Amino acid sequence: MIEVLRAGALTTVQDQGRPGYAHLGVPRSGALDPAALRLANRLVGNPATAAGLEITLTGCALRFTRAVTVALTGAEADVRIERPPARATALAAPTDPAPPTAGRPVERPPTAGRTVERRPGDGGERLREAAAQVERRPGNGDELLRWAAGQVERRFGDVGRPLSLPAGAVLRVGPARAGLRTWLAVAGGIAVEPVLGSRATDTLSGLGPPPLRDGDRLPLGPAVGPPAPVDLTVTPPVPAELRLPLRLGPRHDWFGDTALDLLLRTAYAISPLSNRVGARLVGAALPRAVAGELPSEGLVLGAVQVPPDGQPLIFLADHPTTGGYPVVGVVDDVTPLAQARPGTTVTFHGPQR
Amino acid sequence: MRIRPVGAHALLLDCDDPDQVQAWRAELWRRREAGELDAVEIVPAAATVLVDGVPDPAAAAARIAGWTPRGDTHPDATAEVEVPTVYDGEDLPAVAAHWGVGVPAVVDRLRRTEFRVAFCGFAPGFAYLTGLPAELAVPRLATPRTRVPAGSVALAGPYAGIYPSASPGGWLLVGRTDLVLFDVHADPPARLTPGTRVRLVTP
Repeated sequence: MIEVLRAGALTTVQDQGRPGYAHLGVPRSGALDPAALRLANRLVGNPATAAGLEITLTGCALRFTRAVTVALTGAEADVRIERPPARATALAAPTDPAPPTAGRPVERPPTAGRTVERRPGDGGERLREAAAQVERRPGNGDELLRWAAGQVERRFGDVGRPLSLPAGAVLRVGPARAGLRTWLAVAGGIAVEPVLGSRATDTLSGLGPPPLRDGDRLPLGPAVGPPAPVDLTVTPPVPAELRLPLRLGPRHDWFGDTALDLLLRTAYAISPLSNRVGARLVGAALPRAVAGELPSEGLVLGAVQVPPDGQPLIFLADHPTTGGYPVVGVVDDVTPLAQARPGTTVTFHGPQR
Repeated sequence: MRIRPVGAHALLLDCDDPDQVQAWRAELWRRREAGELDAVEIVPAAATVLVDGVPDPAAAAARIAGWTPRGDTHPDATAEVEVPTVYDGEDLPAVAAHWGVGVPAVVDRLRRTEFRVAFCGFAPGFAYLTGLPAELAVPRLATPRTRVPAGSVALAGPYAGIYPSASPGGWLLVGRTDLVLFDVHADPPARLTPGTRVRLVTP
């Protein structure tokens, strides 16, 4: 079970979505960067389809009632693990990797609540080896003692690798240092009731569990595989500017050369009104060459739709299945938009004309 | 019918009329079931059929161009759903005014019309029903209602529709039904799927 201590700005349950129901008006939904969630799942030994959490910008705080392995991917954030006081000296707990020094007399009383800075790359699921290395390093004895005493840890570099938590531990994910979204996988997966084959929260249609609120409790499934034997995965940096490959159509003929030149040669900025449905852009308005209304037609992920105000929007995972404004082009890969904060510059890389 | 590429993994069949949409939708569903078309989504709409999640759209387009739609022979096409409808919508007088008839004539017309689900969209299970002639098309409200109750039977443009769940909406309300239109535990979850024939009967 997960107890939600702080839900944050928008934390939702996500998986790989519910494709195959668009003809019934059901959006695809799912993680905005499905590969990032799959990676997190792999790190904790879950199948790729397991549900995790998509955490937006301000982080969240969760308490785990049982010992679990978790992994975060996506936007870098400070990760703080608070071990439960009752377990602070229970170094030999079977699910809490005990350092080789377990049982050695602790020479100084631990200072409760102190924060330990650890270097990126230390530890991971190989805490045993890490602790041994720390011990051998001159001057690091205090750090080892504090770690061994099970106190609060505050560590950088904890996004992108499996982390082992004892029962009762609190995981505090801080604000994204760059980008917007971090995905959390928990061994066993978030076991809320699936809806049409998916546990994803669809913010457009309301299918799936509602966004997390403080005090919520989420069930966990049984862990099925061992955590991945890796210390670190590389988190791609968040680019200051997004250059998105675009294929024109299906309704680029509703726009003249002027509009297509503006679309492909001027920069747009991500609007603060962007959400899981779409990334709204602010920039040169695209004039239409064809007046009138387009009958509603099916939409794809990455469709660049142009509403009457001429400001394009790029559809993301929770996009409606049909829409009545012309789609000037389709972006090949929308996943970089999952990390695009408002104000981020977007340019489209289109075909040579 | 014209085939337009849509991004890297989809095609849009631009059809000449709604009947052609129905025919192509049925043909593509049949071809997919027969293993002749690899697609994640086949989504009919007002004048198009979107084929999405296609591994090789150029090859698929070439194959589709060689097919002739045979019409709708799927069992769904012969199914008819009766939707028990209470005709007490607050926009009935407005519809009557647009049609140039009295409210009883509007109700009578809607009761006697054989509708068909042209496509779904807007919300899970929301079916766009065709069957009314083009000259009876009505405009949407200039200012949409912030909340339309679930089960509301409504008109907009040439379509009739039923709100499966409460939502904002600008369609003209003509009645309501207690029929559950979307149930995630049912298979299919939508009561009204593309191609289904529908009657808005009085209980």
